Amino acid sequence: MSGVRVLVGTRKGAFILTADAKRANWKISGPHFAGWEIYHLKGSAADPNRLYASQSSGWFGQIIQRSDDGGSTWHQPGTPEGESTRTPEGMPKGESNKFVYDTSPETGKPLTTHQWYDGTPHPWEFKRVWHLEPAQGDPDTVYAGVEDAALFRSVDGGRTWHELAGLRGHGSGPHWQPGAGGMCLHSIIVDPMNPQRIFIAISAAGAFRTDDGGKTWQPINRGLHSLYIPNPTAEVGHCVHHIAMHPSRPGRLFMQKHWDVMRSDDAGESWHEVSGNLPTDFGFVIDVHAHEPDTIYVVPIKSDSEHFPPDGSLRVYRSRTGGNDWEPLTKGLPQNDCYVNVLRDAMSVDSLDQCGVYFGTTGGQVYASADAGGTWNAIVRDLPPVLSVEAQALP
Amino acid sequence: MIRVTLPPHLRKLARVDGEITLAVMGEITQGTVLDALEAHYPMLCGTVRDQVTRKRRPFVRFFACGQDLSHESPDAPLPNAIASGAEPFMIVGAIAGG
Repeated sequence: MSGVRVLVGTRKGAFILTADAKRANWKISGPHFAGWEIYHLKGSAADPNRLYASQSSGWFGQIIQRSDDGGSTWHQPGTPEGESTRTPEGMPKGESNKFVYDTSPETGKPLTTHQWYDGTPHPWEFKRVWHLEPAQGDPDTVYAGVEDAALFRSVDGGRTWHELAGLRGHGSGPHWQPGAGGMCLHSIIVDPMNPQRIFIAISAAGAFRTDDGGKTWQPINRGLHSLYIPNPTAEVGHCVHHIAMHPSRPGRLFMQKHWDVMRSDDAGESWHEVSGNLPTDFGFVIDVHAHEPDTIYVVPIKSDSEHFPPDGSLRVYRSRTGGNDWEPLTKGLPQNDCYVNVLRDAMSVDSLDQCGVYFGTTGGQVYASADAGGTWNAIVRDLPPVLSVEAQALP
Repeated sequence: MIRVTLPPHLRKLARVDGEITLAVMGEITQGTVLDALEAHYPMLCGTVRDQVTRKRRPFVRFFACGQDLSHESPDAPLPNAIASGAEPFMIVGAIAGG
């Protein structure tokens, strides 16, 4: 591996951080798309220079951006700079920003309502893309998790998007409700050994799994216990913050829930709590070591109303046993007067021999550890609030 | 030619500086001006109005000749000064902090 590229989405643009394999000296490029919210950007495993970015604003809606050169240049898929802005048939391009719920009788589902914060019915409305997940073997296939919660897929490099409507059309849809950040589909994990199996998570509906490439879905929330909903063990309604999986063990899932850190050893059929000795089991991120499938990381946050680390001390917690036994990792992290948050998509690992771990904060710092969490350094300290972090090991 | 001004975010997205001019066929209305805008600058599809409903985005407003036309029908004729190119059709992002 020649080095690492870290893709950082923030409230006011995207930044690309690069370093050689030592990960000691970093170059910072950006802001890309300055002034826009970049909820997520991610590279393709099949072609590391193929990047996708979700650019959005409350004013001007959703834009999908793509780079084919590792982030040096960007274009809206289907509308590269200098090319005709019309198709040979004369139709304007610009379809890459179009996310339309599928209500067609052939493949779609009727648009029902979901629950609003106060429990009243609320119509489904597209707002933004929260997460982009390129498929393992094909840089032109990419999944998009959106708000209001639904899963879309593009098989033409982001030019057009089609909803996998079976998920939104699951019978439980009218009982889903938004979390504080909106009713978002934020986690997408495609089983590397079986692409027909996809796991997703929605705040606040829970986790779901398909075993037929997205046609049909089942909720996988058995074992979750959420005191903040009327029925704490309901089939849906749980505020899942993030899920993670190691590619070598696709049946084992880890979850950071609103409260509780959870693990499933049977592809989500059942969950059990592994919060163990964490100082608080509220938090947003969870991730798995690139080479040790039982080594996981979380950043405990004080509570659902106090979104900052306990005692003003920023600590990553690592478990080498798949949970329950946790150790604080503090070297290089601020241990006094630190009141930042680490949002759900803002942690990532690289796959260099010595696994690198990265996370970004709402205070604009991006921290990196080149020794699996033993020591930390801030790559950059003063970015806008960080929404997402994705690390790529470069060939 | 119809003159159109865009807010800074959309100018950057469309890769243009300053005012743009558009050839608009038929009657000059908000709808036909936006149709022409999106045809020439497809990267703006969905940014000024929803791609499906064609409704103006809530934080986008339209001004021309000193008037707020945001709540006018998209099919209503725009003032003659717009149609003649004497005045620009202004697309403006609402000011709401940030």
